[in-house]
Amino acid sequence: MSSIDTAAVNTLDRDVDLLRFATAGSVDDGKSTLVGRLLHDSKSVLADTLEAVRRASRDRGSEELELALLTDGLRAEREQGITIDVAYRYFTTPRRKFILADTPGHVQYTRNMVTGASTAQLVVLLVDARKGVVEQTRRHLAVAALLGVRHLVLAVNKMDLVDFDEQVFTRIAEDFARAAEALGIRDHTVIPVSALRGDNVVDASANMPWYQGPTLLEHLETVEVEGDPAEQPMRFPVQYVIRAPEYRGYAGQLASGLLRVGDEVVVAPTGLRTRIAGIDTFDGPLTEAAAPKSITIRLTDELDVGRGDLLVPVHAQPRVVRELDATVCQLAETPLRAGQRVLIKHTTRTVKAIVDEITHRLDVTTLQLQRPCEELALNDIGGVRLRVAAPLAVDDYATDRLTGSFLLIDEQDGATLAGGLVGDPLAAARS
Amino acid sequence: MNVLTRSPASPSREASEETRDTLGVTAPSAASRRFARPHLDVLESEAIHIIREVAAEFERPVLLFSGGKDSAVMLHLARKAFWPATIPFPVLHVDTGHNFPEVLEFRDRTVQQLGLRLIVASVEEYIASGKLRERPDGTRNPLQTVPLLDAIAAHRFDAVLGGGRRDEEKARAKERIFSLRDEFGQWDPRRQRPELWNLYNGRHRPGEHVRVFPLSNWTELDVWEYIDRERIELPSIYFAHERDVFVRNGMLLAVGLWGGPRDGEVVERKKVRYRTVGDGSCTGAVESTASTVAEVIAEIAASRITERGATRADDRLSEAAMEDRKREGYF
Repeated sequence: MSSIDTAAVNTLDRDVDLLRFATAGSVDDGKSTLVGRLLHDSKSVLADTLEAVRRASRDRGSEELELALLTDGLRAEREQGITIDVAYRYFTTPRRKFILADTPGHVQYTRNMVTGASTAQLVVLLVDARKGVVEQTRRHLAVAALLGVRHLVLAVNKMDLVDFDEQVFTRIAEDFARAAEALGIRDHTVIPVSALRGDNVVDASANMPWYQGPTLLEHLETVEVEGDPAEQPMRFPVQYVIRAPEYRGYAGQLASGLLRVGDEVVVAPTGLRTRIAGIDTFDGPLTEAAAPKSITIRLTDELDVGRGDLLVPVHAQPRVVRELDATVCQLAETPLRAGQRVLIKHTTRTVKAIVDEITHRLDVTTLQLQRPCEELALNDIGGVRLRVAAPLAVDDYATDRLTGSFLLIDEQDGATLAGGLVGDPLAAARS
Repeated sequence: MNVLTRSPASPSREASEETRDTLGVTAPSAASRRFARPHLDVLESEAIHIIREVAAEFERPVLLFSGGKDSAVMLHLARKAFWPATIPFPVLHVDTGHNFPEVLEFRDRTVQQLGLRLIVASVEEYIASGKLRERPDGTRNPLQTVPLLDAIAAHRFDAVLGGGRRDEEKARAKERIFSLRDEFGQWDPRRQRPELWNLYNGRHRPGEHVRVFPLSNWTELDVWEYIDRERIELPSIYFAHERDVFVRNGMLLAVGLWGGPRDGEVVERKKVRYRTVGDGSCTGAVESTASTVAEVIAEIAASRITERGATRADDRLSEAAMEDRKREGYF
């Protein structure tokens, strides 16, 4: 384990960009080992952590370093040898800083994967080379596509157990490419790896000379990320009104697009028009700001603007609705039913809502819609029609991830019931 | 009305020119090019968003402020979030009584400069009145939980902003940014609310409160790089200085009024600095010559020992020490 002695990365003298990605796999595909390997071989695991893992590995009667122990954080996880909850990992290379949402593959996999994928720009899926693309892989693919992830990587793990056979790999790669294309995901990469031995995770494998592509880490470091929110129409949810003597500013984080001083804007949902008088930050005024920056703006007119309002450009406005069709993923153990009263939290606005109808359940394996549908149980994905107590300014999730997403919340105990996506993001893939 | 003067106490004036962030672009051609997004700008905007959500959605928030580096960063972010207005909530220090004088001086000066209200929950007073008993090992970090929960109840705080980061410890890696606690302050890792997109659910019932961690996605290196970029002032003990220390359990502990040295523990004068600031009886120093933020960053980047592993005896109690303390309502 020579990594303890190697020089670490110093990012002081460069501005590295940030890639948020998620991992998902089925039980026993070796995902914890893969993530452990990625952290270990990229020198992100520090000496004392490694020593603790080595001690724990020995306690469990293992001579080898059990890399999975690097990521299993809770007592129950180590005792049962499973991963319970989404865990977040951080590592940096000279090229990029990474935030990894590590999602477990079995217990409540949809709930966890939806959570992890909601903020991910890229998803790494894992399969066992002996099993290939299985039903679970197709479900993970569908969830990634649904959540608007545009970049997919399939790590074909345990290549050592199929004698590093190129034909096995090619067959799996073709299966995967077909499945990804069918879901409208154009950027997909397949990499043969052995997480246990380290082949093609960080360092290129000597066992698979037939593979000319990048290692997993090389790919993560260099992939060009599409869907820059700054290139979409401007959306500024007002979060908080800042009042000081002679000052009234509207604070918020740009969800998408660019905002310039002098821009004419519409206040949704009221429809009032005004102009941006100034963009203020603690570090000084700006003439222009891009998503995802947190800023405070001033308006030229004195209007009744507050938390929950959405500032948008005149020529690219969202829909203002009292009723909306949406796709939801049920995250709570109690099912979602027609007639249920809930709260909907959309950007910075929370309003009452009624589930008018459950239109269908989505079979994530076949992408078929199951009708009729009485209720959505934990981990179900399905369609709902919602009626809201006050108008909401929404975009389709497929066009804007932040103004097209919402939570359904239990009015009584405050529990998060479901994650919602405006519209039907997979409609195109089905037709 | 457009002329905005900044408070003279602001430490980041000179820094802002040379490190002009790239999300606030000035070139008109910006729309046509891809946006470079230095990670510190992204992390800062995310943290400010979270802090503003707390101010908007809770009635009685409070920010934990110990005078340590993470809480100094938190206070800086809170200033940025509400500027030109002042920070709209008080700060709370759970004081173990085992303090470094440099840190207390920094705490009091900072609070005064920013015109904040400081609430102190004192472990010392709990021990003096018999409500808490000193532990055999003299460590007071685990004793902070009761005064913290009592202060939350007495002041009816509904949101508690803390500087915890997920990279600190493996149980923290599973912590949410908005973390619901029951009326006993308990954290149940198996019943956490799923957290999607940037939508934080802070709803809670009377008696419950929410712990909020805006620095969740930061690493130790990010914190130091941000301190450097923003010229954030820290207590002097974060930088190399001469100090009388002795070795216990492989850690360098300061000679002080609390628990040491015992018989057989040899006192030496060494050049040291602190990577974390906590209870003096269990926070160890590291040998170091780093006397500036840049030198500290160079040292951290080269270091192969995690922040907590190097300097916190309380995390060594067991494999799941942090998980257990968190379940009971610790920070």
